[in-house]
Amino acid sequence: MLKRVHFPRSVLPYLLVAPQILITLVFFIWPASQAVYQSFLIEDAFGLSTEFVWFENFELLVDDELYLQSFGRTIFFSAAVALLSMSAALVLAGFADRVVRGATTYRTLMIWPYAVAPVLAGALWVFMFNPTLGIFPFLLDMVGIDWNHYLNGTHAMMLVIFAAAWKQIAYNFLFYLAAMQSIPRSLIEAAAIDGAGPVRRFIDHIFPLISPTTFFLLVINAVYAFFDTFGIIHAVTQGGPANSTTILVYKVFNDGFVGLDLGGSAAQSVILMVLVIAMTVVQFRYIERKVEY
Amino acid sequence: MVENRPVLNVITHLVLILGIVIVALPIWITFVASTHDAVRMTQAPIPMLPGGHFWENFTQTLLGSGLSGTETAPVWRMLLNSLAMALMIALGKIAISLISAFAIVYFKFPFRMMFFWLIFVTLMLPVEVRILPTFEVVADLGMLNSYWGLSIPLIASATATFMFRQVFLTIPDEMLESARIDGAGPLRFFWDILIPLSRTNIAALFVILFIYGWNQYLWPLLITTDTDMTTIVMSIKQMLEAAEQSPQWNIIMMTALLAMLPPVFVVVAMQKLFVQGLTETDK
Repeated sequence: MLKRVHFPRSVLPYLLVAPQILITLVFFIWPASQAVYQSFLIEDAFGLSTEFVWFENFELLVDDELYLQSFGRTIFFSAAVALLSMSAALVLAGFADRVVRGATTYRTLMIWPYAVAPVLAGALWVFMFNPTLGIFPFLLDMVGIDWNHYLNGTHAMMLVIFAAAWKQIAYNFLFYLAAMQSIPRSLIEAAAIDGAGPVRRFIDHIFPLISPTTFFLLVINAVYAFFDTFGIIHAVTQGGPANSTTILVYKVFNDGFVGLDLGGSAAQSVILMVLVIAMTVVQFRYIERKVEY
Repeated sequence: MVENRPVLNVITHLVLILGIVIVALPIWITFVASTHDAVRMTQAPIPMLPGGHFWENFTQTLLGSGLSGTETAPVWRMLLNSLAMALMIALGKIAISLISAFAIVYFKFPFRMMFFWLIFVTLMLPVEVRILPTFEVVADLGMLNSYWGLSIPLIASATATFMFRQVFLTIPDEMLESARIDGAGPLRFFWDILIPLSRTNIAALFVILFIYGWNQYLWPLLITTDTDMTTIVMSIKQMLEAAEQSPQWNIIMMTALLAMLPPVFVVVAMQKLFVQGLTETDK
């Protein structure tokens, strides 16, 4: 944590940490504590008076059918995004691990969607699935599916899941490939000599050995799906049709900025904060016990 | 390669190529859409092969007013705003994280651990969970519609501070001992020894943070109301809305292409640094 040899005491270290601490206090700690404070207040309809109500905002949320639905939907959305993009990345990394020549080329071609902003990923997918012009509704029409994510909630949900998962494949692929390549070759060779085929080796050796990476990616993907997908939802569906894609971050934004329900939005923020804190703790506990091969 | 299995090798390459096709398909369709004229882009099914209007669309998008019938800033202006924001965020994060990591590793002073934990807490407070109050702070400080407002509130960074702390901890103590014997003060040591030794880490981090900064969406959306301050990534949403009235998909997709080009170029051109940065910051 601290160097054995260090500089003598002076005012310098305070000056060095000052910018970071100042920004943290002004733009992180203060707003966060404001959110906590506001979550205990209810403002009347005209914004003239506010009343301190303890946990009433939270009680209202727990009783709110729409909020609970949004909660369930967010969990479903995150699980679907994580499952889809992680399994696609696992399969692709498994094959890429076998490649001797051209491995770097494959990696280059696979990782660049990481650089595409979520909102752009949303724009690309919404264009491909545009009901009148898009290439996929055209193909789906041939098999008798009438695609319209503007009217059909299931279609809208599928579309945002595809867009979110597509963007995340690059990240998962990179980490899976690195994990597989760090497994000692001798281990895999020994398994091969004992007669285990490629599929056997993947199921019995490679997959268990990379399980720490799987766990790590699960947390990262959950955080991504919970918080970083706002742009996709905002650009593609605006939470609709009929709230079918309103995930929690979108609801906080919508209730606070558009609906101007300050107390309710602040209470939602506080719940989200608790979720991020829980996820960060899980992530850091895992890092501490990181398995070495 | 453990054993030679020709059939499996063929399958391997086929699967990987299929994977790349799926990953690249949205970008391909975007590119194709940006090479046709507006009329062709209103006829279903949309083309799958490029047309001959790329330069026309390119100049119209970049230098013209962009989408007709919308009140947006010219695209070159938005690209410039994005570049300024991305650079300020990336360089700002690196600068303040370097000095705070230096203070925490090389000095013993009261409240050191408290500062460390304060910085750690920022990790748990993404913009998305404190949207309204942060907006109020920025509004009170008069930072709406400015580059400062776009970048300063985002430059506190726990991950960058941790990464530099990790890097500094691996630098042998003898370095500091000999520097001090030679009479170097803290700032001299920082500038002449620590910075050169962490050069590749800084570069790797810059790649990641540039992409992070460029791709910001929610934050600029909140604090810019002036069209002259809009960033390119933000503008896509406005264009998609406008598309419902006047579908000029060639222009919209060209804008999308221009918006993703800089960060994609950074990833491809600096792949080694990018991979290093990504794996380091998430540890």
